[in-house]
Parts: sequence; C-alpha cells; structure tokens
Amino acid sequence: MKIKLHVWRQENEKAKGKMESYDLDGVTPDMSFLEMMDLLNEKLIGESIEPVAFDHDCREGVCGACSMVVNGEAHGPQRETTTCQLYMRHFNDGAEIYVEPWRSAAFPVVRDLTVDRSAFDRIIQAGGFISNHSGPKPEPNSIPIEPGVAETALDAASCIGCGACVAACPNGSAMLFTAAKVSHLGMLPQGQTERYDRVKNMTTQMEEEGFGSCRNYAECEAQCPKGISIAFIGRMNSDYLKASLAEPVDRRGKMHAQ
Amino acid sequence: MLTLDAKLPTGPINEAWTNHKDQLRLVGPKNRPKYKVLVIGSGLSGASAAASIGAMGYQVDCFCFQDSPRRAHSIAAQGGINASKNYRNDGDSTWRLFVDTQKGGDFRAREQNVYRLAELSTAIIDQAVSQGVPFAREYGGKLANRSFGGVLVERTFYCRGETGQQLLLGAYSALEEQIAAKSVTMHTRTEVMDYVIIDGKVRGVISRNLVTGELTRHVADAVILATGGYGNVFYLSTNAKNCNVTALMRAYRRGAGFANPCYTQIHPTSIPASGDYQSKLTLMSESLRNDGRIWVPRKEDESRKPADIPEEDRYYYLEERYPRYGNLVPRDVAARNAKDVCDKGMGVGPTGYGVYLDFGAAIESKGADAVKSKYANLFEMYHRITDDDPTQTPMRIFPAVHYTMGGLWVDYNLMTTVPGMFAVGEANFADHGANRLGASSLMQCLADGYFIIPVTVGDYLSRMDKDTITTDHPEFAKIETEVQDGIKKLLSIKGKRSTNSIHRELGKIMWEHCGISRSEKSLKGGLEKIPALREEFFNDVRVLGEDESMNQSLEHAGRVQDFLDFGELMCRDGLLRDESCGCHFREEHVTPEGEAKRNDDDFAFTSVFEYAGPGKDAVLNKEPLNFEALPLMTRNYKS
Repeated sequence: MKIKLHVWRQENEKAKGKMESYDLDGVTPDMSFLEMMDLLNEKLIGESIEPVAFDHDCREGVCGACSMVVNGEAHGPQRETTTCQLYMRHFNDGAEIYVEPWRSAAFPVVRDLTVDRSAFDRIIQAGGFISNHSGPKPEPNSIPIEPGVAETALDAASCIGCGACVAACPNGSAMLFTAAKVSHLGMLPQGQTERYDRVKNMTTQMEEEGFGSCRNYAECEAQCPKGISIAFIGRMNSDYLKASLAEPVDRRGKMHAQ
Repeated sequence: MLTLDAKLPTGPINEAWTNHKDQLRLVGPKNRPKYKVLVIGSGLSGASAAASIGAMGYQVDCFCFQDSPRRAHSIAAQGGINASKNYRNDGDSTWRLFVDTQKGGDFRAREQNVYRLAELSTAIIDQAVSQGVPFAREYGGKLANRSFGGVLVERTFYCRGETGQQLLLGAYSALEEQIAAKSVTMHTRTEVMDYVIIDGKVRGVISRNLVTGELTRHVADAVILATGGYGNVFYLSTNAKNCNVTALMRAYRRGAGFANPCYTQIHPTSIPASGDYQSKLTLMSESLRNDGRIWVPRKEDESRKPADIPEEDRYYYLEERYPRYGNLVPRDVAARNAKDVCDKGMGVGPTGYGVYLDFGAAIESKGADAVKSKYANLFEMYHRITDDDPTQTPMRIFPAVHYTMGGLWVDYNLMTTVPGMFAVGEANFADHGANRLGASSLMQCLADGYFIIPVTVGDYLSRMDKDTITTDHPEFAKIETEVQDGIKKLLSIKGKRSTNSIHRELGKIMWEHCGISRSEKSLKGGLEKIPALREEFFNDVRVLGEDESMNQSLEHAGRVQDFLDFGELMCRDGLLRDESCGCHFREEHVTPEGEAKRNDDDFAFTSVFEYAGPGKDAVLNKEPLNFEALPLMTRNYKS
C-alpha cells in the first residue's frame, strides 16, 4: 500500500506547529497504525529528518499511552480500539490520512503527537483512591459484594486513562474519565466513607485543570477505546447532587456554619 | 569477588519470615522524614513500594519514563494472581503454593524466599480488595477463583482478563494518594541515567528529563530499583515497547551483581510476527490448547489454504511426538517443537514462523457457539489483530519471549550487592528460579512492594550514620559528566543506521543463539556476533536531533547500547550453565523423552556476575542453593 500522511509537527510546547505531508510506500495491511508510524520514522531518519515523536508503550490496547487523532477521530475509525490496535487494512491503498495530537487546552502539546496528560493524574490525586496504608486488612469475604455490582464497578475501572474522551468532546470535557473513577470507587462498599468528598474534590480539580463542561454530546462514549458508558456520568451527577445537598461536616465531625 | 551474604533466616521455614522480621531494626515515626528513598519505576512493585514507604513517613521520590505511573507494563498481565486462601476447600495451603512454585522453578530458587512469597500471598488479596480492586465475585458475593497453569487447586483471583490492570490501578491510586499527601514526589517522563556511589554505598542518581534533556542530581539514603524485566533484548517480546535493561545494566556497572541473566521464559502461544516491520508480540492465553489441535502441513512450501489440506497431509506433531500429553505438553516443550517444525520448513504464515492452532474438531463436536463462548475475548482479540476468524480458519501461533526470571542479585532483604540499593519485582532474581509459574508475577511484585521492602529498607536506614552529603559532593559532578559525555557520544556518531534496525538485528541474534534452545555452539556464535554488532552501533548509528529536547531516538539509543552489553552477558551465562533447567534448555542435556535434564551435582547454584570493567569478561560468583524444607526432586516422566 501507498499512503499520504499529514502529520502534526511541533517542536515543543511553545513552538508553533504545522501539518507536514509525507508519502509512504511499503505499508502492508497487517501493519498496526503504530508500526506504520515506525516505518515512517525509519524513512525520515534515512532522509536525516527528525522522526515524529508519539507516546506508545504496551501496544496491546491497555496502557493508554497512545494518543492520536486519526482522520478527525480519537484513536481513528474503529470503535473500541486504541491506535496501537488499529490496523492498516482499515485504510485503502492511496489513502490520505491526517494524524494529530489530542486537542485540548488542558493537554498541552509536548512535541509532535505527544501531549501532557498530567491533569488526569491530578484529578486522581484529588480523591481517586480509597485512603489506605499497606498492612493487615480485613478478610475480604467478610464484606460480600454482589457480583453485578463488582462487574459494573469493573466496567468503570476498565478506563485506561488515555484521554480520548477529552479529545473527542467538542467542549474538551473530562467528565467520562472522572465519572469512571468516581463510579468505580463509589459503587463498592470499601469506597463509601469518602464517596461524597471524592465526587466534590475530583470534579473541582477537573474544573481547575481547564477541562470544559459536559453538554451530553456523547462523543466521549463513542470514541472511548474501552466503551465506557456515559451512564457513569449520570451516576456521578447524582452523587454530586447528593453531596451538595448533604450537610457539610468536616473530618472531626463538627458541622460547618451554613 | 562479590560477597554474597544472603542473610537467610535459620530455623523452621514456616516461621522464618516472622522471626526475621522481628529481628529487623526499625526507624521511629519522627525520624522517618529525615531519610530520602528513591524508587525507580512505577509498575506494580515500584508503585506499591513507593506508596507503602511514603505512607510510613519517609521522603520518597518516584521516577518513571512514561507520562504517568499508570502506564507501566504490569498493566498487561491478563490471567490472575495466585493466593493460597483455600477458599475452594480443595486442600490448598502456604506449603502447597511453596511446593508448586519451587518445583515450577525447577529448584533453582532459594527456598526461604519462595516460602515467604507463598506466605504473603493471602495478605496481597486483602490489601488489593481494601483498595477497591474489583475482583470477580460469585453469586453470594464471595471472591471467585479459577485454576491456572497445571496446578491441582483453584487459587487464582482475577478481574476478567485485566487482572494486572486492576492491580496496577490499585497500586497507582495508593501512590497518587501519597503524592497528594506530599510524602511522594513523582517524576514522570524522567529516566534514571546512572547511580552515584559514595563510600561504597549508593547515595543518589542522575536523572534525565525526557522533555527538556536536563540532567538532575538526586541525593538519597536508599535507592529501590523496580524497573522490570529485560525481555526486549530479543527485540520482539510480549513486553511493552519501552521496557529496557538500562537501569539494571547501569547498576551492574556500578557494582551490583547480576544473577541468572540467561533465564528467559518463552510462552508457546502468541500471535506470530506478520512481517519484518513487527514491533511487538501479543500473547494468546495458553488455555486455548485445551480445545485447539496444533499442526503444520507435512509438505514444505505448502500453498493450499488450511481448510483445503486433507487430514493425511497435516502433521499433528505434538500428538504424534507426545502421544500421552498431545497438545497439552508443558510450555517449554510446546515452544521448542514449534520452532523445530518451522526450522524444518513446515511453518505457516507470511514469515514461515507460525503453526496452526485448529478449533475445527472442537467446533464439530461441541458446536461453534460453545467453543466461541469459552474463548470469546481471545477470538475477538485475534480477529482484531489478524483479520482472521478462528472459527472459520485455524489460528496461527508461535512462541514469544514473555518473562525474565534473572535480575539483580538480592539478599533476603531484597538488597543488591551495593549497600543501599534494593531491587523489587521482575528486576530482581529472587523467587522464580529457572521458570515462573502462571499468575505468580503479580504476586511477587506486590509481596515485595507492600510487605517486604517497607520493613527491610527501614532496617538498612536505621543502621546508617546520618551524614551531610549533598549533590555538591564531587562524585555527583563526576557521574553527571560521564552521563553527559555518553549522550554527546551517541549524538556525535552520525552514522547511517537507525537505533531500531540495530536493536532488531540484536534481537535476531539473541533468538537464534540464546532463544528457545541453546547449545555450546549457538552461544559461542552469539558471543562472536554481538561484539561485532556493538562495534557497528558505535561506528554507524544515526541519532538525529539534540539533547536539549524530547528525543525518542536518543532515549532508544541509550537503551540499545545497554541491551548490546547485556546480550553478551546472557550468552555467557547460558554457556557457563552447562545443564538444562526450567526454561534454560541446553541441547546437550536432554532426557530420552526430550525434556530438560538438570545437573544438581554441579549446578545447584545461582550464577552472579560481577562487572570487571569495559571490554573485560564478567566474573562469575556462585551462591550455593540448599534444599532442606523441600528436598530436590527429579521429575519422573515415565508415569
């Protein structure tokens, strides 16, 4: 196969980027999209042009590192597929392919197709955990968990934190990412103690990071490589409402003045 | 020579860890913030270690080269994690898990370490559940189990096919909690380039910011390496693309002994490479062999489609060669035979290195739906990658490098031969002997990180005299200059070959000479080819760009440079270990049944290599292995 690539090139966060076009020959249908990018980089190195920088690691769809907008869609045209698991057989010989980084004010470009997603880590730091130390713990079977609940919590926990939801959203909202973590922990008995603080703190952090608000476009669900459902956003909103209505009590049990 | 004092506890094995722990010195809560501990790597073992130590009150800095600690390759473990909870009431116990692990490792591990691993297994499940890891549950809400890898009990806990992901996210969330609490400082997109040794102890590292190229000095009281395995020395493996041996090799060059580098586990069922551009291999669960029949066409250069090849032209080589076990022969036997038929020209697929795994017979007897429902995820994954539907045409599979049992030598406290430098998880050599059992890598990472290192690192720190060393110490400047010179050298070669092309060539050499099976001849051949390739690397590699910005070619060049040195060390170890054991299969040492033949009289030891300087052969040190709790057994293949 022969393809024409238009790739976003940008030297660093401050530099002005632009699309560059490259013709690439020798692409085969069984190549993954990232192997095609490897091939492009080999060719560029041969021509003494600096290779295209992109994030990637596991190349089997679970680490969440790869992050390319391919022909306008986060992770490309295949549903529930990360870029690393997208194969060239889904493109025609002679195709023109546009490759861009995630576009969001909260994800600044680091170089070419790599972006800074540390905002996601900071949202988790705001409450995406069950406070815990290492050491002896209660026998897990002493707290039975209904298998349906455990499975739904796992559906939410399957989020790989790639950021496609943000890239797909016309508003650049991180609601699906945040809701997935809030729901995963909020559904389980272990996560109840911090449930309402968690939803408030994580959503506050989300707004501080500069992500947009949710307008129910549902593009996030459509382009999520793990098929995380927007029903979790509804669940988070419901928890958020309950948290806002609850009487504010601080950690020592004193009631705040209203 | 290295001093290999393993600090093994004495007394009955079932009380050894408790007694040992009680003897370790402690650091009081008020003093812990005075000590700085660096954790290199943020996978299961690194994240769990950093979170645990941070929560105790030590000052921790954690480093990862990815953009977030959540990306580490522990995430890709599919099957599950073992724990001897005995929830199924099927006779499981700490002792049984110990015996299975020790036998699985073909008696090339320290029994005290293996016993401790088995003993800690149950606490790991408790810890993970308390973090919110959503393990599979039964209808009554209790934890579910499945069986795994040829043991006789059901002791594997799982979250669908994403157990590693969920356990890593549990450890990651614990780490993020500590980052929020400011007890851990996280350095993402940062690679540790070298270690600073002062007065014989490790006292810090030089790191490189992968976005700006800036080098930074970090002073510390202890350094914990949690940097994973080295399977990518083969270029193609099931490891993540960026897994590397650099942190371990640079520790080795600073005095850490490297143990058993040649022990490499090769998994029999992965999706074969489809061409020279292949960048990594994807594993297919071994459970497929329960219903699939493995065959190749009898004729070389067979051009017919598999469905058009009649029964008499199909070579069911495992069923013919091993009539008793058939397609369910052990992993290593299945892997060696697949390579053998492909080497003889009978392989299938575009590269000729693949064999068929055929579900035709199972579908005929059980129906397509029954077979499909059993392997739904796997069939879907296979279909996505190859565009073939395994219910219509046979799967193609081939063995792939999967896990490395060797690593930095550590004592019972997980400390390397460099005082203050520890190694946890796949980065150390300690628990799996010459072969790792399924569902036990996650267990080892978390035992090390949550439960062992938090107490052993305290023992070391409590014995340390607090001093006033800062990054102004001349040794920091010296190592930083060495790192800087190393980078400049790579950028100055300006040759013609990409780092990737050299890495791929090294992988081919390793696979040919130190792969599924090894011989004196093959290993010696490898030892000739690798130095030649290294010379080519230093004369002809092309690294474009500059040091002062994100430069992925430069990062890769540094890693390939270390893989080249490491490949040689691996071949040397393979050559010196003139026996077969576990995954180390020397063609000269085979039982009449074609199995690995151990030589306990001469090789019941751990090989520990000591760096002797550039261009010099590593020095072999031996740590003898004693088997008292569980005496050595020879496997009986006849009954």
